[in-house]
Amino acid sequence: MVSRARRAPASLRFATSAFVVIWIVIAAFPFLWTLWGSFKVELDFFSIADWTNALTGPKTLDTYGSRFTLAGYEGAWLKEEFWRSAINTVIVCFFVVITSLTIGTLGGYALSRSGYRYTFWLLIAALIFRAMPPITLVAGYLLPFFEWNLWGRLSTTVIVLVAINQPFTLWMLHSFFQSIPKELDESAKVDGCTQFQAFRNVIIPVMWPGVITTGLFSFLLAYNDFAVTSMLLSDDNRTMVPKIAAFLGTTYTEGNVMFAVSAAISATVPLFILVMFFQRQIVSGLTAGAVKG
Amino acid sequence: MKHRTFFWFFLPTGLAMLLFIALPIVSVAIQSVFTPHGAVIETVKTCTPFGCKEETTINQDATRELRESQPLGRFVGTGIYFDRGHLAVQEVGEAWQTSQGLGDFAAKLGNLPFYRAMAFTLTFTFVATPMLIVLGLFIALAVNTLSQRIKGLVIFFSLLPFTVTPLIGSLILFWMIDSRGILGTAIQWMADDPGLSLKASTSLTWIMLIVYQVWHAAPFAFVVFYAGLQTLPQDQLESAQIDGATRWQQVRYVVVPHLMPLVTFVALIMLMDNFRVFEPIVGFNASAHATSLSWIIFNDLGGETRQLSAASATSVLTIIGVAILLSPVLVRTWRDFRSKK
Repeated sequence: MVSRARRAPASLRFATSAFVVIWIVIAAFPFLWTLWGSFKVELDFFSIADWTNALTGPKTLDTYGSRFTLAGYEGAWLKEEFWRSAINTVIVCFFVVITSLTIGTLGGYALSRSGYRYTFWLLIAALIFRAMPPITLVAGYLLPFFEWNLWGRLSTTVIVLVAINQPFTLWMLHSFFQSIPKELDESAKVDGCTQFQAFRNVIIPVMWPGVITTGLFSFLLAYNDFAVTSMLLSDDNRTMVPKIAAFLGTTYTEGNVMFAVSAAISATVPLFILVMFFQRQIVSGLTAGAVKG
Repeated sequence: MKHRTFFWFFLPTGLAMLLFIALPIVSVAIQSVFTPHGAVIETVKTCTPFGCKEETTINQDATRELRESQPLGRFVGTGIYFDRGHLAVQEVGEAWQTSQGLGDFAAKLGNLPFYRAMAFTLTFTFVATPMLIVLGLFIALAVNTLSQRIKGLVIFFSLLPFTVTPLIGSLILFWMIDSRGILGTAIQWMADDPGLSLKASTSLTWIMLIVYQVWHAAPFAFVVFYAGLQTLPQDQLESAQIDGATRWQQVRYVVVPHLMPLVTFVALIMLMDNFRVFEPIVGFNASAHATSLSWIIFNDLGGETRQLSAASATSVLTIIGVAILLSPVLVRTWRDFRSKK
């Protein structure tokens, strides 16, 4: 509760409110505008004559007899087979998150419970790996992947994304497991459990909050990646983000831009829902690194 | 935990990082000192009654054999690093000698791909980072004064630019600032110049990319600072107020020092992230005016001819750049570790 003495004068309160409102508009308006525009034809969304055309859509009315049209979505999802990319994205994200959490939990747990000096060096190595731009590694993948015929497959990309994910996952889970008291698993070991049994029966039941937060960030990394997926996937196996980039590559012919606009909106909707449901976890994940480190 | 147990717990993740991060770095470094074999050229002398002629032909068999026996290519040492596409030592030396004044020299450097990319990357990194920190701080201070119920809503909307796929986020802004888009039209109207296009000018393109990055990353700074504000020492603020500090002085001398460790944290993370700027350049279709090291690697690797050696050399240079930016973090972590002992 803010005490009376600390209360801001009305002018300052007004200024802060105005500032927050402006910020929200800056943050959210581009998405709303593009969402609205994705139901129009290109000549309305990119209107030379009058910018209000994007709002009212007269050309859309002329062409389709309605102010809203699903033509862009139809073209992207059916004609350009965006549904295929959507399925690929689901496959890639699902397996990246599952694998990365499985091996990351084991590793992060081990790092938090071992007192030896090498754990520090392993964490430092992970920090250095985390700072590497993934694109710098791609040149190293291509030659062996071509040689062994691994290039272009979804499974290869999943494994690469899991590996790129590991440093961050390890750091997050390491600090999370450190916040779980050691006495828990030690008492289990006194009762005759092996280390793995202690992990399985005592730690796993209480680790879900940290694992879910870490999983969200693994998902975001896999979902948002462009550099690795566009370099390592063949045309048929493309995920959504490289597919959208490919829409742009096929020159700005009429209609095609609207395919890209609708595809971009389609790919943003899952993120929107994610933020809506997991806002608390995302915020805590972002701040965890700052407060601890 | 025993060494043995630790080993088995850590093995899967360790193996993944070893095979797909550590080894590729080594292989990138090796590739960068080799260049693909040229074709094996033979000179055949054929003599006819009318005189002798020398013909040069490509010996296909020998070329294939050479390429198969040494798939890495020909060893060139640091040759690729110093060629025109990278550090361009020779060209820089010439430019230094022939140019009149520093401006001319800088202009000549700007024609070399590596220095062009570095100029943009460094400007981008060192302009966008402070701007997004300041914006994030102001948003955090402003949101902190709001009532609890609105806060959640504001945080929700603030997170959108940060969680959106960077490529898609930049595309959405790119479509809006298109000369036929809403922001493009608004800017033309404000500048009173119907022919104005942000895409045609180098400086405007740079500003556009920096604005995008601030929009995209300020929420991160905001969320971190906002979390820091929750632990603000109320008694210090109150005593500052009793001492007659104005609101601005309270922010300047109590709040900002309290947040300083977080500012350092955000700055270090953002310096590293901004240094690898890549997706916005693709999304804004800005490569004619702004390139970065990551973009050069991507460009070399894509397309029909995959120039692995050139890309590898740029990758190594990028890794060195990241290492320089990372060194303060490492020193800090090492000091923390030592002090804990």
